[in-house]
Amino acid sequence: MTISALVVDDSTVVRKVARRILEKHGFSIREAADGQQALNAVAEDMPRLVLLDRNMPVMDGIEFLKRLRETYGSSEPTVVMCTTEAAQDRILEGLEAGADEYVMKPFDEAILMDKLGMVGLGPEGGDAG
Amino acid sequence: MNPATFQFLAGIVKERSGGVLTADQSYMLDTRLAPLLKRENLPSLDALAMKLRSPAAGMLAQEMTELLTTNESHFFRDGKPFEYLRTILPELHKARAAGLPIRIWSAACSTGQEAYSIAIILSELQDAGDATWKARRFEIFGTDLTKVVVDRAREGVFTQFEVQRGLPVRQLMKNFQQIEGRWRAHDRLRAYMKFQQANLLHDLRGFGKFDLIFCRNVLIYFDLPTKARVLNALTAQLAPDGALFLGAAETAMGITDRLEPIGGQRGIYRPAAQAAPVRARA
Repeated sequence: MTISALVVDDSTVVRKVARRILEKHGFSIREAADGQQALNAVAEDMPRLVLLDRNMPVMDGIEFLKRLRETYGSSEPTVVMCTTEAAQDRILEGLEAGADEYVMKPFDEAILMDKLGMVGLGPEGGDAG
Repeated sequence: MNPATFQFLAGIVKERSGGVLTADQSYMLDTRLAPLLKRENLPSLDALAMKLRSPAAGMLAQEMTELLTTNESHFFRDGKPFEYLRTILPELHKARAAGLPIRIWSAACSTGQEAYSIAIILSELQDAGDATWKARRFEIFGTDLTKVVVDRAREGVFTQFEVQRGLPVRQLMKNFQQIEGRWRAHDRLRAYMKFQQANLLHDLRGFGKFDLIFCRNVLIYFDLPTKARVLNALTAQLAPDGALFLGAAETAMGITDRLEPIGGQRGIYRPAAQAAPVRARA
């Protein structure tokens, strides 16, 4: 089963790394470089997962997240923040804005897939074995 | 990677953590150390080895060791045993007289993730429970062969990397405080725990009886007679209605007849029923 994911990050390198990991695990990927692009992408087609950076030009991740939840409610999509902002109060801000999980950069495949497992989108989620 | 590079890097890890990297784990070096290579602007693991030969590379060596050894211990490892823990703890609480502590042994605690995972579950059950739960005393006893990891477990401070392995962010927020980029377990969790360096091949009777014993992914390092000896020694410290948690890939079947599997729970055992009639006759 393919899970649709939107990777939102202003760094092309991070988007590429995330794409490579997620595609390896069967996700289909779209990309956005800021919160506004991400809102447009969500309006076009709702993904199951948004992997979301915080600090971006035009519209940051927190603003995107607030607007996303205001418009579409809290049940979908699953949002995993993925950011260098690793201070406890920043993490709490992300959770209050509506994030489901939180990855502190730098991340690797093990961390990302582990976190996706916690929100029911990991390898174990779709695999009966 | 040059085989000499693997030997050299594995030697650093062994010296700093006691952990043994085998040749079939060499893939782990590529995946785990890729971010470090990128940050240090190094083209390969061979180049990393070269840099680590410099006398000023102690910090880098420590960082590499942590990246390679945290794999062996993460929070709520394998998931299922902790789900069972949530089931069996209420049964034990009901079965034990008020005032008696419930004792849990993390018998190969490494840097403490298993013990702190148990503590998080205990605190959640106590929060949700009635006054008898709140009054109940729980003890988590953590032991490991290696002193450095026992010291780290006692310290209860984890790196950003470690807290992201197995620990959901809400449980991180609730149970840990960030101090200078690391994460320290709250005193409430620490209050359950005692840590001590111990060798499972030595006399274990001084540790007393336990209601639950976790000894996961340790037996794999022992030969068959040693496995039997350790399993029997652990069983001797286990309450008759207690449970022994082994690793998901480990078994007691065919090694000792003093344990029997708990139905539907992979790797979880209780003392064999035959012990009871013997005592009844005496």
